[in-house]
Amino acid sequence: MYGDTSIQKPIEIAEPTSEEQARLEEIFQQKIDDNIKIEPQEWMPDAYRKTLVRQMSQHAHSEVIGMQPEGNWLSRAPSLRRKVILLAKIQDEGGHGLYIYSAAETLGTTRAKMIEQLQTGKAKYSSIFNYPALSWADMGTIGWLVDGAAITNQVALSRGSYGPYSRAMIRICKEESFHQRQGYELLLTLSRGSDEQKEMLQESVNRFWWPSLMMFGPNDADSPHSAQSMKWKIKKKSNDQLRQEFIDATVPQAEFLGITLPDPDLKWNEERGHYDYGQIDWEEFGNVINGNGPCNKQRVAAHLKAHEEGAWVREAAGAYAEKQQKKQVA
Amino acid sequence: MTELSKQDALVHYAAQIGDNGLIIGHRMAEWCFRAPSIEMEMALMNCALDMIGQSRELYSYAAEAEGAGKTEDDFAYRRDEKDFRNNLLTEVPNGDWGDTIVRLFFMSAYNKLFYAALAGSSDSQLAAIGAKSLKEVTYHLRFSSEWLIRLGDGTEESHERAQKSVDSLWTYTGELFTMTDAENRLLKDGISVDVAALKADWNEIIEQVLKQATLTVPADGWAQTGGKAEGIHTEYFGYIIADMQYMQRRYPGCEW
Repeated sequence: MYGDTSIQKPIEIAEPTSEEQARLEEIFQQKIDDNIKIEPQEWMPDAYRKTLVRQMSQHAHSEVIGMQPEGNWLSRAPSLRRKVILLAKIQDEGGHGLYIYSAAETLGTTRAKMIEQLQTGKAKYSSIFNYPALSWADMGTIGWLVDGAAITNQVALSRGSYGPYSRAMIRICKEESFHQRQGYELLLTLSRGSDEQKEMLQESVNRFWWPSLMMFGPNDADSPHSAQSMKWKIKKKSNDQLRQEFIDATVPQAEFLGITLPDPDLKWNEERGHYDYGQIDWEEFGNVINGNGPCNKQRVAAHLKAHEEGAWVREAAGAYAEKQQKKQVA
Repeated sequence: MTELSKQDALVHYAAQIGDNGLIIGHRMAEWCFRAPSIEMEMALMNCALDMIGQSRELYSYAAEAEGAGKTEDDFAYRRDEKDFRNNLLTEVPNGDWGDTIVRLFFMSAYNKLFYAALAGSSDSQLAAIGAKSLKEVTYHLRFSSEWLIRLGDGTEESHERAQKSVDSLWTYTGELFTMTDAENRLLKDGISVDVAALKADWNEIIEQVLKQATLTVPADGWAQTGGKAEGIHTEYFGYIIADMQYMQRRYPGCEW
């Protein structure tokens, strides 16, 4: 789902240690400038590798943790059609997680290591999933706003410089667009329904609007680490650019749903050719990122619980595979 | 007692098969974000999708056969506990991975034989559903067999756990081979499957896989029954229905 650039850490770049390295870095940068994809076996600066591993693992974790709020409504989906749509969506997300974990492994890390970092809090996932899914309408809102914000990010990421990641993004974006349309269609159905359904829709959007905008990360002025990522084409557009694109695309869709977005400052600016919008609550954002969101502890605990309860199963599979191997050798 | 009309029996029958798919599918979906690995989770979600998909087709057919303007959702969301005629095996809680795999294995072995036979039904709709579902449940059987063998022949702990799961769920398998009035009524027209006749083949699959898994097949003892014939369920079942039907009950008559 969610190539979230809001949780990036600073990139520390070492000075070239030798002429040879300086030359390699030059060739590397030239490829990037020429829009030639970087492939796993090629030389790359350590900081590029680290930045990508971090970003991709966070992205994969977000896919996997994102299954939790949606899984929370699987048993209560109000129709069989919606139940299978939700199941299929969650399954797609698991698939995206696997796909991105594999892509990250091309950079020399392992899934086990990445998962350990998630469970110990060393690796983050998209902050949006630290908000709870409290009503059925949230299943639509997550598709519309959260996947919508993610797509805005991911379309940019799909043009990124690292081959395996950018190719993964192209495929994932296609599925995400489908999820976004399904989410919107769910909300459209609510908007044409009873007063209670309309209320459910409005209430859900009220809760998710600001956290969705936070998915694009701090304002550019407060995002000093972006410059290197832009130079390496890991990141292609700035946080504020992407946020603006998302808002501009979303406001007319909200109007069509007949709902209000919870921002009194939101209005069309003829001069800029964009919507103006109000101040994001960065204090809340910082708190959610740092573990104080409504669901941070719950999400990691659920992941850890499944992992620990499954330990005997993974051991059994390993032991069985080993026995089979021995038999083959014998 | 007057005999069921063919039409009533058909509605009953299609819904009853659908109930099995819906309830076990619902249980499988409960594994979302709880499985030992993402691959396993996705496999169970995939099974759930197949099973609920099967139930949708069967409910739609039941609705059509009844001709009262109902939809698939009327069957899933607007009936009471006692109206559901699934086998008790499909509704018992997931338990651990071993319990879930054993349940899926018992049920898929049955489903494979059942849908293969249904594919030969004289009712063309049921035959088509049977043929399509057969492909899906064949995969479920392969998946669950492979896992059961891994668990049985894995570590000491997994072996013990798997045997315990086999032993505790065995009591629910007898019900699979009982015949309801509707099944008996449709049997003479070649519409329904004679499930009692599937038992020997089912035993053979079970014995073969359990042997490979180094597990022991329990002796047939008392079989727990009631869900399929009478709609008398386990205590666990009410919670499935309460959970599943919450939205439809809270907001009746809405489109979703």
